[in-house]
Amino acid sequence: MSKRKEEATVYSQEMLTDGIYSLWIETSMASQAKAGQFIGVFTGDGTKLLARPISICDVKSDENLLRMVYRVSGGGTDLISKLKKGDKVSVIGVLGNGYEKAACGYNEESSNCELIPLNKSLEGKKVIVIGGGIGIPPMLLAAKSLQCEKVMVLGYANKNTFLKDEFDKLGQVYISTDDGSLGTKGTVIDAIKENGVSGDVIFACGPMPMLRGIKAYAKEHGMKAYISLEERMACGVGACLGCVTKTVNKDHHTHVNNTRICVEGPVFDSEVVDI
Amino acid sequence: MNTKVTIAGVELKNPVMTASGTFGSGQEFSEMTDLNKLGAVVTKGVSSVPWPGNPTPRIAEVYGGMLNAIGLQNPGIDVFIERDIPFLQDYSCKKIVNVCGKTVEEYLAVVERLNDQPIDMMEINVSCPNVKEGALAFGQDARVLEDVTKKIKAVAKKPIIMKLSPNVTNIKEMGLAAEAGGANAVSLINTLMGMKIDINRKKFVLANKTGGFSGPAVKPVAVRMVYDVAHTVKIPVIGMGGIATAEDAIEFMMAGATAISVGTMNFVDPETTSKIADGIEQFMKDKGIEDINDIIGCVE
Repeated sequence: MSKRKEEATVYSQEMLTDGIYSLWIETSMASQAKAGQFIGVFTGDGTKLLARPISICDVKSDENLLRMVYRVSGGGTDLISKLKKGDKVSVIGVLGNGYEKAACGYNEESSNCELIPLNKSLEGKKVIVIGGGIGIPPMLLAAKSLQCEKVMVLGYANKNTFLKDEFDKLGQVYISTDDGSLGTKGTVIDAIKENGVSGDVIFACGPMPMLRGIKAYAKEHGMKAYISLEERMACGVGACLGCVTKTVNKDHHTHVNNTRICVEGPVFDSEVVDI
Repeated sequence: MNTKVTIAGVELKNPVMTASGTFGSGQEFSEMTDLNKLGAVVTKGVSSVPWPGNPTPRIAEVYGGMLNAIGLQNPGIDVFIERDIPFLQDYSCKKIVNVCGKTVEEYLAVVERLNDQPIDMMEINVSCPNVKEGALAFGQDARVLEDVTKKIKAVAKKPIIMKLSPNVTNIKEMGLAAEAGGANAVSLINTLMGMKIDINRKKFVLANKTGGFSGPAVKPVAVRMVYDVAHTVKIPVIGMGGIATAEDAIEFMMAGATAISVGTMNFVDPETTSKIADGIEQFMKDKGIEDINDIIGCVE
C-alpha cells in the first residue's frame, strides 16, 4: 500500500457539464484506491509545480482504471482538462485515509488498532451519502463501496447536474439546488428534512458551510458523520504541515490540535474536527 | 571517484541533503525514496514545546515556486526525541536536526536536550519569515546573530550550522557574524518573504498575509548569495534555494557550497534527492572529475 509517484496514461476525458470534467487514467494505483482517498495530479508545467489534490470518483481495479471528476478552477486544472487519451500524466498516490479507515477509528500510528472492514462495521445500518458541488464525485465510489442500506442526497448549484444518473443506479437519490431549478430549493439539509430522509450514519463531502451544517445535524440527531475536508496542499504526504485542520483534542502527530488533512484525513469523524 | 564531503568533521557520503521543513522527519518520505542514498537528512524545525503554527491557508502556489506560512508547527523536543530521532537510526545518512525558538533560552533548551542524542549536527533556524517573535529577528541583525551563535556554541556539543535568511541588506555580513560567533557552518538561503493576493476576492491568499517564497524561481538569487558568502567566510557553506536537478546542485557547489539541500522539489518528485545524487556521479564520470571536492567554489 505504499505511496508513490508514477506516470499514468490517460484512458479517456470528457466534459460532463460546464467546467466539470471526468478523467479516467490507467494506473496501478487503481487496485489500492479506496473511497474518500485522493490522488495528486501534476500539471507537467514547470511554472505550476504542485500536485492538484483530486478525489477518487471511481475505480475499475481489474482494468487498472481510476476516475477523477473535478472542476476547472484555475490554470493547473485547466491544463489537466486538456489531457487526451494516450497522454501521460504524473500522479502521486494513493493519498489520504478514506471513509473506511475514518469510520473504523483507524489511524496510522496506532498499531494495535485493527481495521474492521467497513461493510462489517456497518452491517444492518443505513448510511446517508451526501455530496455537495465538487464534493459529489468521491461519494460515487463511497456509495458503490457500501453494501448496507443507503440513500443519497446531492446538492448542486442548479439543474445542470453531473453524475446524477450514476447515483440513480445505486438507490434512492434526493437533490437540492441553490436556485430551486431541480429538487429541493436550498441545502442538502433542507432536502433531508423535506423528504424525511433518515439513517444511522452520514458520509459526506462538500463545501465547508455544508459540512458545518452536517456536523450540527448529526450532533442534533445523535448520528455519526464522516466528513471529507479540503485545504491547500503542498507535499500531500504529511511532511510539510501545510494542510491542517483544527481538532477538538490534541492531534497525534504534533499534539497541538492541528491535524494533517492529507494523512490523518481527508475524512474525519465530525466530532473530532473543530470546523 | 569520491563523492564524500566533510562539514565540521562530519563526513557525508555525498553532498545531497534535504532542506528543513520539506522532508518532515524523514519518515514521511521514507516509503517513496531511499534515505540511505542521502548525504544527510535535515529534519523539520523543533522547538522546546509544541508549536501550533499559523492559521490556514498556509500554502500558495506562485509562478515557478510556492509560498508557505506554516509557522513551524512541531510537536516539541520531547516527542521529537522519543519518536523521530529513533526512526532515523535505521538509516546510514547523517542526521541534522533543525532547531527553532522564540527566545535565546528556547534555542538553548533544545540544543541542550539534543546534545546527548544520536545525531550528527544541529542547524539553527534564525531565519523563518513566518514566526512573529524571535526566529527571523535573530537572523536580520549581524550583532544579534553573532551573539546568539556564541550563546548556542557555548552549550552545544555537536557542530552548529546557522541557517541564514536572504531577507537582509548584506548577506556577507550575516555570514561573517555567524562565523565570528563560532558557527561550524552556514546554510542558505531560507525562503524569501513574499505575498500573494487573490484579485477576485481582494484578499491575501495566505492567512498569514506573507509567506516564504521557495522553488526553482528563487535559484538565481540563492546561487548569488551562496557565492557571496562562500567567498567571504572560511567555514563551509551549505547551499539551497530552488534546486531541482543535479545540474542545479553542481551550480551551487561551483558557487562555493560544500553540500546542497533540496527543498520544495521534494513535493514535486519525492525522488528528487536520489536522482540528484545519481546525476552528480554521472556528471563526474562525464567530465572525468575524480573528487567532488574539486568542484567546490571552482567558478572562475
